[in-house]
Amino acid sequence: MDTVVTSASRRSFLKASAAIGGGLAIEFTLPANSLAQSRGVAAGQEVTAWILIYPDERVVVRIARSEMGQGSFTGLPMLVAEELQCDWKNVSAEYASTTEQMKRNRVWGSMSTGGSSSIRTSHEILRRAGATARTMLINAAAQQWNVAASECVAENGVITHAASRRSTTFGKVADAAARLDAPKDVKLKDPKDWKLLGTARKRFDIPDKVTGKQVYGIDVTLPGMLHASVMQSPVFGGKVRSVDSAAAEKIRGVKQIVRLENAVAVVADNWWRANQALKTVKVEWDEAGNSNVSSDSIMALLSAGLDDPAIPNAKKTGDAATALSGAARVMEAEYFTPYLNHATMEPQNCTAWVKGDKVEVWAPTQNAEGTVTEAAKALGVPEINVEFHKMHLGGGFGRRGVVQDFVKLAVLVARQVNTRLDVPVKLTWSREEDIKQGAYRPVSLYRMKAGLDAAGNITAWHSRIAAPSIMLSFQPDRVRNGIDTNALGGFIDMPYTVPNTQVDYSLKQPHVPVTFWRAVAHSQNPFARECFIDEMAHATNKDPVEFRRVILKAGDRNLLVMEAAARAAGWNSPLPAGVHRGIAVQDSYGSYAAAVIELSVSDAGEIDVKRVVVAVDSGYVVNPDSAKAQIESNVVYGLTAALLGEITIKNGRVEQSNFYDYQMLRINRIPKVESVLVPTGGTAWGGFGEPPLSPLAPALCNALFAATGKRIRSLPVKNHDLKQA
Amino acid sequence: MIKLNINGKTHQVDVEPEMPLLWVLRDVLGMTGTKYGCGVAQCGACTVHVNGEAMRSCSVPVAAIEGKKITTIEGLSQNGLHKVQKAWIEHEVPQCGYCQSGMIMAAVNLLERKPNPTDADIDLAMTNICRCGTYVRIRAAIHAAAKA
Repeated sequence: MDTVVTSASRRSFLKASAAIGGGLAIEFTLPANSLAQSRGVAAGQEVTAWILIYPDERVVVRIARSEMGQGSFTGLPMLVAEELQCDWKNVSAEYASTTEQMKRNRVWGSMSTGGSSSIRTSHEILRRAGATARTMLINAAAQQWNVAASECVAENGVITHAASRRSTTFGKVADAAARLDAPKDVKLKDPKDWKLLGTARKRFDIPDKVTGKQVYGIDVTLPGMLHASVMQSPVFGGKVRSVDSAAAEKIRGVKQIVRLENAVAVVADNWWRANQALKTVKVEWDEAGNSNVSSDSIMALLSAGLDDPAIPNAKKTGDAATALSGAARVMEAEYFTPYLNHATMEPQNCTAWVKGDKVEVWAPTQNAEGTVTEAAKALGVPEINVEFHKMHLGGGFGRRGVVQDFVKLAVLVARQVNTRLDVPVKLTWSREEDIKQGAYRPVSLYRMKAGLDAAGNITAWHSRIAAPSIMLSFQPDRVRNGIDTNALGGFIDMPYTVPNTQVDYSLKQPHVPVTFWRAVAHSQNPFARECFIDEMAHATNKDPVEFRRVILKAGDRNLLVMEAAARAAGWNSPLPAGVHRGIAVQDSYGSYAAAVIELSVSDAGEIDVKRVVVAVDSGYVVNPDSAKAQIESNVVYGLTAALLGEITIKNGRVEQSNFYDYQMLRINRIPKVESVLVPTGGTAWGGFGEPPLSPLAPALCNALFAATGKRIRSLPVKNHDLKQA
Repeated sequence: MIKLNINGKTHQVDVEPEMPLLWVLRDVLGMTGTKYGCGVAQCGACTVHVNGEAMRSCSVPVAAIEGKKITTIEGLSQNGLHKVQKAWIEHEVPQCGYCQSGMIMAAVNLLERKPNPTDADIDLAMTNICRCGTYVRIRAAIHAAAKA
C-alpha cells in the first residue's frame, strides 16, 4: 500500500486523457510520495492532482494559491472535502509544487493569489476534484465487492454497500481508486445540501502561528547560508555610478560586497552584520533625471491631466455636458488619494542558491509562477531550471504579486556570491528599504461635477480621474487608447441610475512604481464617489441612505448590503450625544459591501472611531469565521490608510522610512467591528479579501462630515484640522 | 564570548556586545520564532521577556542582558500551551501570524502584571503593530485568557 509503481503506459494514457479533458486532469505521478518515502513516512496516494489519501485515512489537499492570512489554506480544502465526503478532522493542506506544476502542464491552474480570487475562481474545479475522487473511491470499492457502484455510498471517509453490509475506507481503496479512469462528468451538490461549506471551521495554520513554529520566507535557514542586506537606488530608476565599500569590507563577518546595476548588497554571516556594514557603504547614484520629482510636481502633473481638454473619454451615457448646463444646481468637487505602501509585517525577502544554470529559490510570494519567471528571466535560464519552494507569507496585500523585485535582487546577489562560495544566500530588506522601495498604491486625483434638478435628483455626473496605470508596467496591452479601465472601477460601473454620465481618464505615470494594493482602485475610487454622493445628499437635505435608495435599482445587491448595514447599525435610531455616523457602499471582486461608521470628534479635533458595521454579500460564504476575520482585517487596514496612510515624494525619493513616519493604527484606536454576512447565493461567487475595504474610507469621512461639518476631500485624514471652532 | 540564558538553557555566543538580541536569536542560534519587523522598537514583532519584562529584542544589545533570564516564544510554555496561546487558538486570532509571537509575549507579560486587565490596560500595554488587523480578536483573547 505504501508504494505505487507508475507504469509508462499508464502515464501516456493519462497524458492523453488530460489533454482531451481540458478540465480536471487526473494524474498519477507521485512526487509527494517519494518525498514521504525518503522521510520514512507512509506514502499518500494521489487520487487526483489535488487530493492525496493516506493509508491512515489522512486526506491532504494541495493548495495552488498562497496563504497570507486570509484563510485559503483552510477554505480551499473545505471545497474539496464537501464533495469528497471524507472526515473533515482527517483533512490537512500542503502547497502544490511549482516545479511539478511546470512538469505537469499547469495541472493546478492559476497559482496567483490576488484579486480576492482564491475561492471564487477555483471553487468549481475543487468541488469537481472532490466529487471526482469520491466517485473513483466508490468505484474501486464496488469493483472489489463486485457490486454496482450506484449501490454504494460514501460518508465521512467510509464507503458502504448496505445490501451486503460491507464497508471500507478511503484509505484502504485509495490505491485501487487511483488506477481507475476518472469519471467524465460529476454532479455537484446543490448548495442547500452542503454540510461543511458555510460552517465555521478552525483554520489549519493557526496552531503553528501561536508557538513560533510557522516558518515564513524570512525564517528560511539552510546549512552554510549567508545573509544579505540591500540598498537600491533611493531615486526610483536610478543606477549605481560608484561604490566605496572600504569600511564595510573590514566589518566582522562580511563576505562580499555585491554591486548590481541598481543596487548594492552586503553579504555576511548574519543579517545584522550585513546591514551594519551596508550603512557604511558610500554609493554615488545616477538618478536618471528624476531627482526633482516631488509630491507637488506629481500633483501638478495630475492636475494638468485633468485640465487637458483632450482628456480621453472612458465611458459615456446620455449627454452629461448638456444636462449639466441645464441643471438647476451644479456641484463640483476635487478629491485626492495618496500613494500607499503595503507595509507587510514581514519585510521583503528571498533566499537563492545558484548552481550553474540552475537555481533554487525560497520566497514568500502571492504569485509562485511569477516568482519562477522572475528568477529565470533575471538569470537567463529556462524556467524549468528554477526549483522553487513557496513559503508562508507574513502579509501580502498585493506587494508580493506581480512585482517580484525581491526575487530578482536575491538571485542576482546569489549568482555573484555563488561564483565563489557554494552556499544559499538569504536577502532580507530592512524595514527602511521596504518602505522606500515599495511598489505603491497609485495616487489619484478626481474632479467631479454633478447636475441636480429642482427636486434634487441627479441628472448628470461627470467624473475626471487622473492616476498612474498599474497595467502599464506589466500588461501594457490592457491599456487601450490611453485608458486603463482597471483604474476606473467604481466609476465606469457605477450602480446609480444617473441618466447622463461621463468618465474621463488621464493616465499620468510618474517614476514611482505602482502595483495592486488591497482592493486596488476600489481602495480609492469609492472615497471620491461615495463622499460626493454624501455631499449631494446633504446639499439636498436628504438622508444619505434614502438618497442612495432612490438611485439604486430594485434588486441591486448594492441596495441589499446598504440596507443590511443600515439595519444592523440602527441607522434610523438616535445616537448618543456627540456620536455621528456615515455610510458608504461599493461592489468589487464580485462582492458587495457597505459600511456604517460611528465616531466622535473632540473639541481638539481628535477622532474616536467607536463602531464599524460592515455588511457583505459574497454570493456564498465558505468559512464564516474567516469571512468575519477578513472584515475585521479590512476595517483595520482601511481605517489605517484613511486616517494615517501617506507616502510622499521629495527629491525623487520616498520621504517615509519606518513605522514612526509611516504610521499604523494600534489596538488603542480600534473600534468595535460588527460583521454582517448576507450571501445571496445564485451563480456568482464573490471575493472576500478586499471587498470589505472599499466602503470604509468614504463611510469614515461621511461620518466626519456629520460630526464636524468639514468635508474631507483628500486623504489621509490626519492632514486635516478637525478642531471645533 | 557572551553567556545568554535563553528559555532555561545557557548559550555561549561569540558576537559583538552591541549586537541586538533579535539577531543573535534568529541568525546565530536559529530561533526564528522571534520576528524582525522594524529594527527600531516600533512594531513589537521581536518582543521577548528579559527577567520577566517585555522587551523589544531588536533594540536590546546582548551585552546588556548577559546573565539575565530571557524567554522567547519557543520557551513560553515548556509543557503544552500557555493559556494565552490557548486563547489565541480558541479565538482564531492570527491571520498571516507574523506579528503574533510578539503579540503573545506582550500579552503574557501584561497578564503577569495585571491578571484582570481592563480595556485601557490592554490599550496601554499592547502597542505592537499587526497589519492584518487582528486587534479585535487580540483584545477578546486577552480577556478570555484572564478568565482562564
